[in-house]
Amino acid sequence: MVNNMSDVSSPSVRQRPRLRHTDGDVRGDADVLVIGGGPAGSWAAISAAESGAGVFLVDKGYCGTTGAAASAGVGVWYVEPDAEARERAMQDREALGGWLVDRNWMGRVLDETYARVGQLANWGYPFPVKESGEQARTSLQGPEYQRRMRRQVVRSRVTILDHSPAVELLRVPDGGVAGATGVRRQRGGRWTIRARSVIVATGGCGFLSGGLGCDVLTGDGHLMAAELGADLSGMEFSNAYAISPTFASVTKTALYHWATFYHEDGRVLEGAGSQKGRSVIAQALAHEQVYAQLDRAPVPMQPEMRAAQPNFFLPFDRLGVDPFRQRFPVTLRLEGTIRGTGGLRITDERCATTVPGLYAAGDAATRELICGGFTGGGSHNAAWAISSGVWAGRGAAAHAKASGSPGGRAEGAGGVGLRPTATTDATLDWREITRSVQAEVQPFEKNYFRAESQLQRSLRTLDAAWAQARGGLGGGVEDVVRRRESVAMLAHARWMYNSALDRPETRGMHKRIDRPQLDPEQWHRKLVGGLDEVWTSVDPLAPVSTPVAA
Amino acid sequence: MIELVSSSRCIRCDVCIRVCPTDVFERGADGVPQIVRQEDCQTCFMCEAWCPTDALFVAPPIVPLESDSPLRDEDELIRRGLLGSYRKVLGWGAGREPGAQEDRSFNVLSRMHGVTPERLPEWADAPGPKTSVGRL
Repeated sequence: MVNNMSDVSSPSVRQRPRLRHTDGDVRGDADVLVIGGGPAGSWAAISAAESGAGVFLVDKGYCGTTGAAASAGVGVWYVEPDAEARERAMQDREALGGWLVDRNWMGRVLDETYARVGQLANWGYPFPVKESGEQARTSLQGPEYQRRMRRQVVRSRVTILDHSPAVELLRVPDGGVAGATGVRRQRGGRWTIRARSVIVATGGCGFLSGGLGCDVLTGDGHLMAAELGADLSGMEFSNAYAISPTFASVTKTALYHWATFYHEDGRVLEGAGSQKGRSVIAQALAHEQVYAQLDRAPVPMQPEMRAAQPNFFLPFDRLGVDPFRQRFPVTLRLEGTIRGTGGLRITDERCATTVPGLYAAGDAATRELICGGFTGGGSHNAAWAISSGVWAGRGAAAHAKASGSPGGRAEGAGGVGLRPTATTDATLDWREITRSVQAEVQPFEKNYFRAESQLQRSLRTLDAAWAQARGGLGGGVEDVVRRRESVAMLAHARWMYNSALDRPETRGMHKRIDRPQLDPEQWHRKLVGGLDEVWTSVDPLAPVSTPVAA
Repeated sequence: MIELVSSSRCIRCDVCIRVCPTDVFERGADGVPQIVRQEDCQTCFMCEAWCPTDALFVAPPIVPLESDSPLRDEDELIRRGLLGSYRKVLGWGAGREPGAQEDRSFNVLSRMHGVTPERLPEWADAPGPKTSVGRL
């Protein structure tokens, strides 16, 4: 059950891939290029290197601090290999996820996560010790985890390019991926990496909504992959909103289990809660300020809560608010497909996409296989990042080995935001695109509570913006990354709402107020793709999870 | 958002410039990093966590503080024990034990399932909301 670890510990004799410098730009050749240096990208890079590949990893920020996990504390879907415990862990998700999970994949993820979290322990991650003397391996402190992951990436002889956002993928004439190119925002110039395999590990898309550590997650990888023809799955499960104090970025919701929510006038907001009652909070926020107080947490438990999620308390301590004894204003911040489960569709057990040589890992890939249509939260997403990263790394290395030299011409596959189709000068600014996307996806009445008429209205606005952006976007060369981010968010919003429109029912986190029931006829996953023309279809592969009475 | 770089504590190691995921700093003429793109700060606290000398302070709000806010005053932050307070709980820095060892999530999260716990009796007659978050 546990993977063969012999290839994991053997010291590597490979050389670190090198960069060549020419005229202020850098170029490199390698077997595998990983885009994104969060948990999934780090695991992918380590795994590809373990499999003998030469690996580059590029991140738009810094591998070690970037991504949703680094600044947070995350649970991990880590379950002892005990048949009963695993059965419970799988059952927990089936109804919640709208019966869209796949038990084979859940089992694989539980196995791989168990093995790899064990490897983290061997690398010296300081897991807490329970009274029984065993390590508790069900949660990771983000800063500690990601700092150590960077160290392992470096030890694996992966060459890291920090502050190097990818702008577009490269493709060869047969349609396969051939690398990527981007900018070096601190050193100046461009980077171009030719690689036989590319792993997209760029995270989900939070639409710059201010969630903790989430503003680097703008769906860049989804756009680049779609430009090569990759399709997506489950994009209707994209309306995750997290509770946050109005005065802070900390979008950690677990501890609100011990909160009471209040109206402005001090009455208890009935039915509100951190889990099932979140929609009550959203409804109230439409017309009043909502307050919370952690007044259900017994005093002896409070220090444990602090030790569990130190960063949750940081804003309170800094502003002199005692969340146990004082009420504080809260809001909901959109976390889109970061906590939502939609993403690039994967077509095999090594996390390949439909594009030859292109793999997807972590939140960039769909998490429906283990979460269905309901938020992965930290715990499932963390397990998925580890597992899909490891598999994508292994798959990408094998593909590179099988496909020989990377020769031949490669061209940039990027479209909107890079290669205008209009002949006149563009006047539309990327900021306007971002603002207009946010205006369609952030409001609760449009995205949390969905309805056909509103989805259609939003899509008309978004489609018009796409047509305009296609013609050309204003701004200088230095704005290329921002421009592409705004285009990526625009594409994301259109995939989301087309999928949402094409699922006229309520399932998982996808709430249609005009169709409030689950419809047994729609027990399938939904695919979406395309850029100028967005299409949707039913995934012919049925979910492997049989609906039974709860 | 990032609000303070203490030039007296800063050792000009450039770590914050390197680790900030959104690239808000640039090295100033004197070597001390300057906050040149505060609007890009995502309030993730990572620069503060990685700074070896507790020279940085990230204020919780996701918008800039008013210019006379006490949270921009280095002496005030030191007096209130806030400069370096995140690094302290992370247990990063010489002579410290990793805070991850103290992570009690397994105790807390195991009690998270099932029904919402009762509101504690001492809060039954609590007064209405206090917008106790004062002027930032």
